[in-house]
Amino acid sequence: MGGARQGTHHQPELLVPPAAASFADDHLVTSNLSLPAAVSLRAVGKSFGDTPALRDLDLNAPAGKITVLLGPNGAGKTTAVRVMTGAMSLDQGSVRTLGHDPERHGESIRSACGVVSAKPALYDRLSGTDNLEYSARLHGLTGSAMSTSIAMAAGRFGIDHALHSQVGGYSTGMKTRLALARSVLHDPRLLLFDEPTSGLDPESAQAVLALIREMTDEGRTVVMCTHHLVEAEGLADHVVVLDDGTDLVAGDPASLVREYWPDDLVDLSIVSTPSPLADLSFISGVRNVHPTAEGAQVVVDDHSVIPDIVEALVKAGARIGRVTPREPTLEELYFAVRRTARDLGEGRMSVEVSR
Amino acid sequence: MNWQRTITIARTDLRQLVLAKDFWLPMTILGSIFFVIVPTILLLGISSLGDVGAVQQMSETLSLLPERVQEQIRGDTPQGRTSYALAVYLFAPMAVVVPLTISTAVGAATLVGERERGTGEFLAHSPASTREIYLGKLLASLAPGYVTTMVGFGAYSLIVNLIVGPQVGGWFFPTAQWWLLMLWVLPGFLLIGLSLVLRMSGKVRSTAAAQQASGLITLPLIAIAYAQASGALYGSAKTTILIGAATWAIGLYSTARGMGSVKRQRLLGVADGI
Repeated sequence: MGGARQGTHHQPELLVPPAAASFADDHLVTSNLSLPAAVSLRAVGKSFGDTPALRDLDLNAPAGKITVLLGPNGAGKTTAVRVMTGAMSLDQGSVRTLGHDPERHGESIRSACGVVSAKPALYDRLSGTDNLEYSARLHGLTGSAMSTSIAMAAGRFGIDHALHSQVGGYSTGMKTRLALARSVLHDPRLLLFDEPTSGLDPESAQAVLALIREMTDEGRTVVMCTHHLVEAEGLADHVVVLDDGTDLVAGDPASLVREYWPDDLVDLSIVSTPSPLADLSFISGVRNVHPTAEGAQVVVDDHSVIPDIVEALVKAGARIGRVTPREPTLEELYFAVRRTARDLGEGRMSVEVSR
Repeated sequence: MNWQRTITIARTDLRQLVLAKDFWLPMTILGSIFFVIVPTILLLGISSLGDVGAVQQMSETLSLLPERVQEQIRGDTPQGRTSYALAVYLFAPMAVVVPLTISTAVGAATLVGERERGTGEFLAHSPASTREIYLGKLLASLAPGYVTTMVGFGAYSLIVNLIVGPQVGGWFFPTAQWWLLMLWVLPGFLLIGLSLVLRMSGKVRSTAAAQQASGLITLPLIAIAYAQASGALYGSAKTTILIGAATWAIGLYSTARGMGSVKRQRLLGVADGI
């Protein structure tokens, strides 16, 4: 576990502060989620032959919120979604989806779930309407209820104009919209989206994300897998960072960032040649100074100390290009967490926090 | 067991087949060759040849058939009796070959095809049970072969009645044995073949592998069905009913076993060994 602290000394660009290391040291797992979990995975393991896909995975998705599963390809995000509906069986551990065990109550759970997989899984020979009707009928919708539901879902996702065309002729964006429309036909309580913006242009991706946000505004729970950190940044109420089949950290993004970086950060861009950085460490409120390619990243108690930093730099003869008070992003958190996990070797760093 | 879901799965698969020109065009050609083109050429040829040596020889060959069968052969002339025998007995196995060939082609691709196209993910996350999926696929595979055969059989009946009928005293086809064969024996054989092919389709890695392996299953089955279909036509109605009952019993047992063999995660293409 000391490896985590050692890791903090050789991070040239972005700090891994002591707080992160203490998470790892303590194996801190707090479940102080204020909302009940719509999905809960405990110590879940799943292997394909000799290849483990999930290893001791713990995960909670709070009800009525958007939970984003973040992780690189092969992290286990898709497998995690599959075990949530019971589409895939477990080797070990337990899953509760909407309060039930998917292996025993798979049919009722899948009836209450809407799933959009990484590939839209649409029938190319059929029309958009046929695809929607197929899903609607499998969920028990018929007659006017089905027609109304299809019209509403297609209209909502802006695919109503193309419903009579064969899906094989759709663009990637249209297929995604149709798959999204299909997922909400039966008014599910839980939506599981696996890389829903994959292959979409930025405008379409934004539109899809906005629609996903609307879903939770109506009280639904959304679990979304992505490796697009920018998407998760604005969307996630709760994030779970996965790597190598296990959870690294989990919590609401702001809390995680704050837990990871309890102090404020200031980025300095310094033009002058003589390095005045040593002087900064004597300023009250400055906790640490780390040289960067442009100047330095300064860890401070709070941003009120910035005028003192500027004054000290000017007195030392430095020419300041830019001073940027900064909140670390989810992207930085993600990379910091993964770096820490690597530094820990196989040590598990499981953290769950929320404000 | 929700039959509505089973029917929905079957209907959707059939709809896709109807829209697949590359499927139904060869299927139509196959049915036409067996039920229309070959019988028409053969029966017209015999009728127009007249009382030549070849027809005489074929007519004499009929004397080797069981006495009970000989009594059923109608016609006063050698070509009339020969045409009747060919129409009623020679083409019987075609009624088995065509539906088994077509249904096997559909059935072999049905489950593995879902996985290959990525649509298996949709089915795996759907509320449909694996039994409902299996039976839906079974119905969707059975229907094209059986319907093609019944339509072809209708065309065949018309042709033989028009060509051979005048020589044997009027319309004679289908005979009672043929009705039993088509409505009782044939569906049982289809059920056996498809239940085996679908089990395999759920386990192999690709459609190509499924097609290859299905040949291994259906060729012996076609041989057995060929023999049994001939026996059903040559034998008594009681024999035909018993043969049909046996095929249904085996088919239903095999189907029940097959329902349990489909695993949801195989639809995803990630099960062990896939």
